[in-house]
Amino acid sequence: MIVVAVHTPSRLGRWLVSGPPLAYLIVFFALPSLIMVLASFRTPGEFGGLAPLIEEGKLDLNLESYARFFSESVYAQIFLKSFGYALLTTLFCITLAYPLASLIARSSRRYRDLLLLLVILPFWSNFLIRIYAWMILLGPNAALARTVNRVLAWFGHDPVPLLFSAFAVLVCLVYVHLPFMVLPLYANLEKHDQALLDAAQDLGANAWQRFWRITFPLSLPGVYAGAALVFIPAFGIFAIPDILGGPEDSLIGNVIKQQFLETRDWPFGSVLSIVLTVVALAFAGLAAWVARGNLRTPSSARGSRA
Amino acid sequence: MALLEIQNVTRRFGDFTAVDNVSIGIEAGEFFTLLGPSGCGKTTLLRMIAGFDLPDGGRILLKGEDLVDRPPERRPMRMVFQSYALFPHMTVEGNVAFPLQMAKTPASEISAKVEAALEDVRLTGFDKRYPHELSGGQRQRVAIGRALVTHPSVLLLDEPLAALDAKLREEMQIELINLQKEVGITFVYVTHDQTEALALSHRIAVMNKGRIEQLDVPSKIYGFPKTRFVADFIGHINLLSGSVSERQGGVITLAVEGLGPVRVTSASPISVGGAGTIALRPEKIRIQSSAPTDSPDNHYRGTVGDLLYMGDVTVYKVSIPGGTRIEALLANSQSGRAKFFEIGDAVEVSWPVDAGHLIEE
Repeated sequence: MIVVAVHTPSRLGRWLVSGPPLAYLIVFFALPSLIMVLASFRTPGEFGGLAPLIEEGKLDLNLESYARFFSESVYAQIFLKSFGYALLTTLFCITLAYPLASLIARSSRRYRDLLLLLVILPFWSNFLIRIYAWMILLGPNAALARTVNRVLAWFGHDPVPLLFSAFAVLVCLVYVHLPFMVLPLYANLEKHDQALLDAAQDLGANAWQRFWRITFPLSLPGVYAGAALVFIPAFGIFAIPDILGGPEDSLIGNVIKQQFLETRDWPFGSVLSIVLTVVALAFAGLAAWVARGNLRTPSSARGSRA
Repeated sequence: MALLEIQNVTRRFGDFTAVDNVSIGIEAGEFFTLLGPSGCGKTTLLRMIAGFDLPDGGRILLKGEDLVDRPPERRPMRMVFQSYALFPHMTVEGNVAFPLQMAKTPASEISAKVEAALEDVRLTGFDKRYPHELSGGQRQRVAIGRALVTHPSVLLLDEPLAALDAKLREEMQIELINLQKEVGITFVYVTHDQTEALALSHRIAVMNKGRIEQLDVPSKIYGFPKTRFVADFIGHINLLSGSVSERQGGVITLAVEGLGPVRVTSASPISVGGAGTIALRPEKIRIQSSAPTDSPDNHYRGTVGDLLYMGDVTVYKVSIPGGTRIEALLANSQSGRAKFFEIGDAVEVSWPVDAGHLIEE
């Protein structure tokens, strides 16, 4: 038996290690969130910003911005639309990332690192530059739009613009978020035990049955992790619809940005932000809850309970 | 024709020949073991029988049908993997039902068949458990139950007991023997453990470097090893090499360097001057303080060099003045004392002429 000496770190040591990140989160995440929650109950200022918190000796807090959100259905519709875009992005990312991740997981060790590097390579250039690059790729004079419209012309269809459309927004959303799906899926698939697939085949399962009954269920924790990493940022994104979308493609992120920077209605912008956060957290919570149900068993045959 | 015919099967990996022109016929209902050290080709051969690998030469036939065009999922054989390979996301019931579902068994029959298979492997009541909630031995039984539930013609077992501790391994050995008798399915068993092979098998093929060194029943493999490799690999043995100095009737005298003339009964046609090795099991050697000098047996004087007291037996390594060391095994059953001799004691080792077995070189 191996005896491991367990060092109990001193209280001071623990605080020294965990203190700075904790302080960072308090100052730059918890406090701003609190300020935003407070702002959502305040009155907008006459020329933007916020009206004074204490007016004529009275504390000015009200639910008017919330009332507005729930009374005007246009905002719920935009939420629903954003949810739909985020969901579609997640589904496309799963569909595209799965074969890629399993290809990488099954390739020899020599190529694996190279392929992973290629997956994260886009991160080396600026996010906005990559979006602007899509403007060129999808532009009316680019080969893609010309080819598409030439094909449409054969069928007697009028030319369509690719840029400034829902299509452009979705393509770019998928493009930007794909690595966040590939990496957790790869991390999961790479750990799968080949013996399980051999056993399934030996027990009579064909290639599709082996995938559907063994590989896919065992990969679900990776799918859920990837889905959360894709869905949550895609839900609140504003840069992509701003640059590549038409006027119809505004998402909730754009509306929030508009409330703060253009309309300058900070309380209402705060309400929208809070609703976005709550919905995103609810989704992440749901994903974690579903994943736990499926995580009751470890991913290796010999694994023991964690 | 045997149930499973392996005909001149060869498998190469680059320059390395993993299985070299192997032919075996395995009968229906037989418990057949492929025994050998790691890298001898036994697992490669098993994987070719299962269909995970294809021979470069030769054929594998089941009931006369060449299996070359059948992928593993279409061979009526099941494999029990060394790691068990239980599906971690399915219960015991789900695991055992899996091959039935793959075989499109009507749903109404599945639960009864699962129940029966779990009863065969003594796991009734465990159907709702997940693999990680089971002990090693229980997982092993699930793997066997899952493999047997569709009543395959052949069960292939790849070192199935290697991951279990010694005591559990012995229990499982007895269970495997009984189970095999009960279900009457042909077992092809791969192991590197010679005791396990001797205990379980009807017949054993001892493999070395891709070839079969000897194929026989356990008692012949142990008692009459055909080659030096088999003698050395199976159990403990004294190997006395020399050249034939005399032939008289059925008794051959071998001049062994460092020991002297050793007589052994043998039907071998070996001629005087030929090289041979006498294989002699330690338990067939007597060890005494002194032996009657007019005995017809082989007897040599020496001193106890080392001894290993093992409880039920004691192993003595006796140094003969010529330089040879003879290993002798003495049961401690008749003694009130723990052991008979001490290191440094002068002893005489002896054995009858028919105790040894001559291997021609």
